[in-house]
Amino acid sequence: MRFWRTIMVVTLVATAPVLLASEITPAARRSGYTFMGPDTRAMQDDDTSNPGMLFVLDGETLWGKKAGSAGKACADCHGDARSSMKGVAAHYPAFDKALARPVTLDQRINLCRANHQQATPLPYESRDLLALSAFVAHQSRGVAISAGDDPQLKPFVEQGRDLFMQREGQLNLACSNCHDDNFDKRLAGAPITQAQPTGYPLYRLEWQTLGSLERRLRSCMNGVRAQAYDYGAPELVALELYLMSRARGLPMETPAVRP
Amino acid sequence: MPTTRRQFLSLAGGITATGIVTLRPLRATPAMLNAAIRNVVGEAQIRTGKVKLDIPPLVENGNTVPMTVSVASPMTAEDYVKSIHVFNEKNPQPNIGNFYFNAFSGRAQVSTRIRLADTQKVVAIARLSDDTFWQVAADIVVTLAACTEEMN
Amino acid sequence: MAALINVPPKAKRGDIIEIRTLTSHIMETGFRHTADGRLVPRDIITSFTCRYNGAEIFRADLFPAIAANPYLSFFTVAKESGKFEFEWIGDNGYSSTASAPITVE
Repeated sequence: MRFWRTIMVVTLVATAPVLLASEITPAARRSGYTFMGPDTRAMQDDDTSNPGMLFVLDGETLWGKKAGSAGKACADCHGDARSSMKGVAAHYPAFDKALARPVTLDQRINLCRANHQQATPLPYESRDLLALSAFVAHQSRGVAISAGDDPQLKPFVEQGRDLFMQREGQLNLACSNCHDDNFDKRLAGAPITQAQPTGYPLYRLEWQTLGSLERRLRSCMNGVRAQAYDYGAPELVALELYLMSRARGLPMETPAVRP
Repeated sequence: MPTTRRQFLSLAGGITATGIVTLRPLRATPAMLNAAIRNVVGEAQIRTGKVKLDIPPLVENGNTVPMTVSVASPMTAEDYVKSIHVFNEKNPQPNIGNFYFNAFSGRAQVSTRIRLADTQKVVAIARLSDDTFWQVAADIVVTLAACTEEMN
Repeated sequence: MAALINVPPKAKRGDIIEIRTLTSHIMETGFRHTADGRLVPRDIITSFTCRYNGAEIFRADLFPAIAANPYLSFFTVAKESGKFEFEWIGDNGYSSTASAPITVE
């Protein structure tokens, strides 16, 4: 009797975090693509009319360009990105052993530049960094997201989940208030999505250019009148990690187009 | 005095903004629109018909609105479309684009992406090879994006 | 600057074909202001021309109301094999070209 009660208690405790959070079940996960109108979807579907692809092309050029005092190009170590980078972006943010914390794809690119190319890091949200990360992430298009599986990432996923659930800003809203509890409803005429980051970096019509997930998160924080974390802040990395693990199973779409 | 939701929210958001703020101090007026049209058409009469404007009636984001404009025309050497001119009513400037064809264009149709600052009318005027002018107008609703971005 | 061109590589003589072009350009309207009130000057592509074996087949005047990274799709009749040449011209001496071949049988 006591044995079964222990099993019950253990099971309850183990699943409590999942039960308490109103997380979207895997079957109900939907990409932001499904919330858009047909014209915006058409823009994403055709590679020759998707403005994000312009950045992927630029990234392809940068991939082969020698950089830094080591005079090496990405291609010199990684060869043809089509094979070497396939599936990579789908499991980012990933754990970096040396830093003992997760890093985003942008941060990994800059770490490579610093450690292997002896080149200066590219500024966050710069055209070159966006082009490179778009090119790399594009090689994972169609691959199911698998980020957050590494057991070493667990505390950071938890941190990201806490950030997602906590109310913030003058409007006192948590991410989950809209994106878990109210997706499919509308905010000021625009549909609220589930906030699944399947297509980053993406071409946002509002920006009229390509932008990263961090830019979008900072916009959201400004939107609820909270002080946004700086680019590259551990909080943004943890949030991105949580969001990607929350999106597990959805296929990557980079470069996506969103309103 | 801000008169549109977009302008009001831009101003409100501008308090916390640094960097570029998209205020719109100028506005096209119906007079500017008519002047721009007369610039192209001169004193000629403009008939309604033949031209088709394909724009989503409710746009997802006014910054990038897909638009297709076309004219039903046989496109032969005797009867073709010389040009299509597109105008708007409320952007700071009345012109959107002018598109030039010839008898070998196959189809008098062009697609592009335009910016619309507010809910407004878009007008397309076609000039045929016989120098007659034909027009069509469409009313487009532009809503404000939920989280317009101040420079962060 | 990058450009994406979509031209069917092959066509039959007399076919009406669609040509799609997309080029990167900020298309700065000239109506935006910085937070300290300074006007951001206009910087747009003003004209696009497409030539088919040297002859102009399509031309467009672009204004600030054309969205960034201008997309233009238009048609022509496939006459002969050869190439299409595309040219974008804009403010501040901007000039960009691209080309695409076609085989017409």
